[in-house]
Amino acid sequence: MSHINDTPITDELVAEHGLTPDEFQMVCDHMGRVPNYTELGVFSVMWSEHCSYKSSRKWLKKLPVSGDQVIQGPGENAGVIDIGDGDAAVFKMESHNHPSFIEPYQGAATGVGGIMRDVFTMGARPVANLNALRFGAPDHPKTRHLVAGVVSGIGGYGNCMGVPTVGGEINFDPSYNGNNLVNAMCVGVARTDKIFYAAATGIGSPVVYVGSKTGRDGIHGATMASAEFDDASEEKRPTVQVGDPFTEKLLLEACQELMASDAIIGIQDMGAAGLTSSSVEMADKGGVGIVLNLDKVPVRETHMTGYEMLLSESQERMLMVLKPGREPEAKAIFDRWGLDFAVIGELTDTNRMVVHHDGREIADMPLGPLADGAPEYDRPHVPTPKAADFDAAWLDKAPDTLSALKTLMGSSEVASRRWVYEQYDSMVMGDTLAGPGGDAALVRVHGTQKGLAMSTDVNPRYCFADPVEGGKQAVAEAYRNICAVGAKPLAITNCLNFGNPERPEIMGQFVGCLEGMGEAGKTLDFPVVSGNVSLYNETNGTGILPTPAIGGVGLIQNLDKAVGNGFLQDGQLIYLLGDTAGHLGASLYQRDVLDRHEIVAPPRVDLALEAAHGGLVRDAIDQGLLAAAHDISDGGLLMALAEMCLAHGIGADIETDGDTGYWFGEDQARYVVAVAGDKAEAFEALAKDLSLTRLGKTSGHTLTFGASLSISVRELHDIYEGWFPALMSS
Amino acid sequence: MQAAVIVFPGSNCDRDVAVCLEAATGQAPLMAWHGDANLPKCDLIVLPGGFSYGDYLRCGSMAANSPIMREVVAQAHKGAAVLGICNGFQVLTECGLLPGVLMQNKGLNFVCRNTQLTVTNNTTAFTSLYGAGEEITIPVAHNEGNYFADDHTLKQLQDEDRIALSYAKGDNPNGACLDIAGISDASGRIVGMMPHPERRAEAALGGDDGKRMFSGIVEALS
Repeated sequence: MSHINDTPITDELVAEHGLTPDEFQMVCDHMGRVPNYTELGVFSVMWSEHCSYKSSRKWLKKLPVSGDQVIQGPGENAGVIDIGDGDAAVFKMESHNHPSFIEPYQGAATGVGGIMRDVFTMGARPVANLNALRFGAPDHPKTRHLVAGVVSGIGGYGNCMGVPTVGGEINFDPSYNGNNLVNAMCVGVARTDKIFYAAATGIGSPVVYVGSKTGRDGIHGATMASAEFDDASEEKRPTVQVGDPFTEKLLLEACQELMASDAIIGIQDMGAAGLTSSSVEMADKGGVGIVLNLDKVPVRETHMTGYEMLLSESQERMLMVLKPGREPEAKAIFDRWGLDFAVIGELTDTNRMVVHHDGREIADMPLGPLADGAPEYDRPHVPTPKAADFDAAWLDKAPDTLSALKTLMGSSEVASRRWVYEQYDSMVMGDTLAGPGGDAALVRVHGTQKGLAMSTDVNPRYCFADPVEGGKQAVAEAYRNICAVGAKPLAITNCLNFGNPERPEIMGQFVGCLEGMGEAGKTLDFPVVSGNVSLYNETNGTGILPTPAIGGVGLIQNLDKAVGNGFLQDGQLIYLLGDTAGHLGASLYQRDVLDRHEIVAPPRVDLALEAAHGGLVRDAIDQGLLAAAHDISDGGLLMALAEMCLAHGIGADIETDGDTGYWFGEDQARYVVAVAGDKAEAFEALAKDLSLTRLGKTSGHTLTFGASLSISVRELHDIYEGWFPALMSS
Repeated sequence: MQAAVIVFPGSNCDRDVAVCLEAATGQAPLMAWHGDANLPKCDLIVLPGGFSYGDYLRCGSMAANSPIMREVVAQAHKGAAVLGICNGFQVLTECGLLPGVLMQNKGLNFVCRNTQLTVTNNTTAFTSLYGAGEEITIPVAHNEGNYFADDHTLKQLQDEDRIALSYAKGDNPNGACLDIAGISDASGRIVGMMPHPERRAEAALGGDDGKRMFSGIVEALS
């Protein structure tokens, strides 16, 4: 039988591996010869868009990534920030879009598993999971199937791991009909002096494989994630990995146990491109070489080729470099947890990756070009044309304010997500002080009084109409959500989901969004410490709305001071912080009440004002002046008020009145807050000259507003809670 | 008093319940490993929530056959108090210390939310600090919490006053027979329950109704 490496390298084979002729020529130049089949496979995954960021790198470099709070910015498995007292928060968000569309349960589950590994690889214990999900139109025939599978998969993995899923967002838009988005975020806590990195050092140090056995699942997953979809994509099901959360739970505990010693030099999870990318990245970061003997790799299928072992994306696996001689104590730990442990290679001084299998050298490649040699593309991009202004004439046929409120309350964007989040264990670990349904989730740092506030946000409608403002707004909204609970926003992770970057208008969206995000991150001192780019989110040439999801993390020093977003008792004063110009363009009102789908300019974001208003809310909460706080986003002021009523069933009597824009406009940098009567004076004094309007008082069980309009909180509740269950049972 | 928490591979509420036990007893409980065949003599043994052995077979069935469970059953028969929470309740039914079985939720989905419970029997070793018929709030988080037993067993549980906790009318999250949330053995020293008292044992977590479960057993044993 001939060896797989005897396969001739043809143009067709190169194309099947997703390399362009120019890229293939570069590979040949780096190699000094034509690569063999195995080497071609390794290059193809390392140079895939998913692993190499070749279309996005140029622009990612422009994001703000530093600050006093940053311990580790982008480039490691996850970002690390300082949260005081020797504690660090470790977090990242990552996409699993393509696999989740093909096989929603396993695709979503392994997305959650992968992001948790990224976090615990760094020495952190995961303490919270969040997600950002986007599906097609609610009435699209595939939507319910995908929602049910993805939600079940996220729960299935996170629940078993015993890590609470505390927040997230889920939205619907026809642009995701053929390409849903599943972005999973994990936040962990570590000690600042026990952070583990990927870099492998020490010639002769053993390279150790731990975790699950390797199978044929997920081969070329990274390459799949770097291509557009078409009608035949569901045939790619074999490239979707299968998750085993039980094994990952054991892997987490075993790694934590070993990390308590000083036996580990470097550690990296096997995620996209599996053994290949983990070994290449570790050796390259350490400036060494690596030799692997695949005969030692634990496998669960027979007759696997070296090519398959190198490219498999089997889950729940880690690669470690240990201090020489420490193998026995490490093995004892993994044995106790019932996990595979195998020394599969060692570090060399060659700066090359050499792979042996079945008595034969099957690959010998230079590490530098594999890790960093992928071309950096400056893809052509055209700015998104300026969107039109909102046409006031559309309001001529607008329904009355009360009907509009009801429509929005039961819209796909606003309605309660209870059906989703009750399938997630949000309370395990006993430190969830505020779970799903609030502005930001709050999780206590175990054994302390301080807490991490977390939120995922982006408004793709805004990003589509104006990428720069939309990019700013996504960061600003995460900032607001964190401020609204009383926490100081510290840093963000992102998951940049876009269409095909080879189309200049898509690349223009990408460039614009990053410009806006960068500006917001700089102004708000809210740097990016980790992230992921997912391009080619297209099916049959139709791209998704640009969706740069932001995952924000903040810190509150004393959790006793945190507030929620619901009215707590009668007779408290309600204030609006921020000015209302009544901006209806790109609003939920435009889409769901007026049913107008023209591309209209979104509200502008004033970052200085965001910082000032966020600061006031935080200070007021810190001084104990606020009873509740809620940021104003989709659906505007009236929606925010209604949501505050719903939280605890307390109504409000609003004395101010205004036009449609007043109630439903989505002007930025605004919050609604509730203040006890005896704190009002102090709060108004603290606000100084910031725009503060007294709206009315909390009262009874009815929301009364405008010229004698009213609706019972019970009716709001029924509309709000009814939509999701009705969708899923229809 | 000596308390122990049994740690199965896949247990994930072991730490949470240990925190509550330490708060109630003043000392950290023994964390006992599933593979150990020996267990020091304990006054109280807790089987925590989680996904023992991945729950890849019937929930709790692998755990029920682990080496440590022979010790747990032996000590239970000699009078040790045993509390099984969630997956721990499933283990107790699988190992025969409690009757019945926990089937998949009627709604077919995992459910995590607060539930209103009625303390149906406040004379068990764990529920003595609650009032008879008291309404309390404790969360559930499970996919298989739908308590089922044959009519004879259900009648026996009722006749012997062994239903310790019931979901309040209209708040049964899983379809359990007779709204059963937790039951005891005849002595009242072995209790299994689906809700998680350790998740609601301090005001910061939204309420502390679960706390009396732990202080109650400490009082009963001292």
